[in-house]
Amino acid sequence: MPVIVDYDAGNVRSVQRACEHVGMVAEISADPDIVARADRLIFPGVGSAESAVDTLRSRGLDEAIKTFYQTGKPLLGICLGLQILLEHTEEGDKDCLGLVEGACERFEFADRSVKVPHIGWNEVEFDSAHPIVNAMQSGDEFYFVHSFYAKPFNDNNILGRTEYGGQTFCSVVGHENLFATQFHLEKSGELGLRMLKAFSEWTASC
Amino acid sequence: MLSKRIIACLDVRDGKLAKSVKFVDTKDIGDPVAKAKEYYDDGLDELVFYDITASSDARNIMLDVVEQVADQVYIPFSVGGGVRTVEDANKLLWSGAEKINVNSAAVQRPELIAECAHAIGNQNTVLSMDIRKVEICRDFPSGYEVVINGGRTPMGLDALEWALSGEELGAGELVVNSIDADGTREGYEINLTRMIAEAVSIPVIASGGAGKPEHLLEVLTEGKADAALIASMVHFGEYTISELKTWLRERGLKVRMRY
Repeated sequence: MPVIVDYDAGNVRSVQRACEHVGMVAEISADPDIVARADRLIFPGVGSAESAVDTLRSRGLDEAIKTFYQTGKPLLGICLGLQILLEHTEEGDKDCLGLVEGACERFEFADRSVKVPHIGWNEVEFDSAHPIVNAMQSGDEFYFVHSFYAKPFNDNNILGRTEYGGQTFCSVVGHENLFATQFHLEKSGELGLRMLKAFSEWTASC
Repeated sequence: MLSKRIIACLDVRDGKLAKSVKFVDTKDIGDPVAKAKEYYDDGLDELVFYDITASSDARNIMLDVVEQVADQVYIPFSVGGGVRTVEDANKLLWSGAEKINVNSAAVQRPELIAECAHAIGNQNTVLSMDIRKVEICRDFPSGYEVVINGGRTPMGLDALEWALSGEELGAGELVVNSIDADGTREGYEINLTRMIAEAVSIPVIASGGAGKPEHLLEVLTEGKADAALIASMVHFGEYTISELKTWLRERGLKVRMRY
């Protein structure tokens, strides 16, 4: 069964509702054994990376997610979930799961009128032939809420980019059986649901 | 490039949709769940529900409305009205709301903002401010005062000062609601909106006074707002969400058109 990781970082029920809407009945769990043995794993999250990483470790969920990843089954990271999949985040100077090479940095703009967090609907330019990305079009808009952004070390892990305040950042990450979005698929209307549906059908074998 | 957001505001009383004019004489205009779905299908970016239910017994009705909306609407929505504790906030979030609006209770006890920001995240904690114009004086250097209880009680608190405190305490967004403009449909209070939007580094949602598409364009450009709250201009069918967005885009404003 698909499993949504519960680590007190965000509204897992919104994610569960959206999954159900696209025909993917998923269980919410904080149990490392259930997480490690899921058919498909959804790793959402909002809030502070610092406390989120601490909570993951204290529950043994960090190792459970790594164990799951090794099985080669599809893993979806959303927002903070994406950021924690990288090696490190500037937020609280925390080491993260390290499934993707790279780190997260805070938005810094010389222009004070550019607001941080980046909140609202913004476009994604997709740059990949990934099966999930194939369901979407460049210019599709999704709902973002974040102050930190991912910088994958390898360009081929960047599947989508978004421009904010004159800066282009990575908004979609892909690596092997892992797919992750900086935006909230579950709150991005029908296009978000379409992407979630594409994830639910993805076998991660190609 | 980030789009400007159009947010529809639904006042809910005893589980039904109401629209107030200058905070008095509220009347029922329908089912909030059906309205939310209609706007969602027409390309709305975000929703706000204000629970104006008087009795605390009826709070569970609101949680039920939130559940039903969350089952059908996959855009962010916030709920305000009567949020006094972290427990209130958590209940609404668990029922499916994305963000919580705090207003009167935060003016009376500012720590509520910090408590919510800590418990549910800054980005989910929205400070909603009801503001009226006053003479500029020592107590009100900005010329605007914060009021509570639906506009009935002045608080002796300067609006700009309160906006800055709210940001400092951890609010992730501000709703700037002009009591003077609310329900008039004569346009947003542009000076107030711009003054606050320029002073804070978090997004500002303009509220109160929308009656024509021109008002939205004005507040989202000249007023420096990140989002515009609308209500009666769409609730009574005079304009649709997609019409408004098309009109704004034709005038060069970046809005979300593909959905």
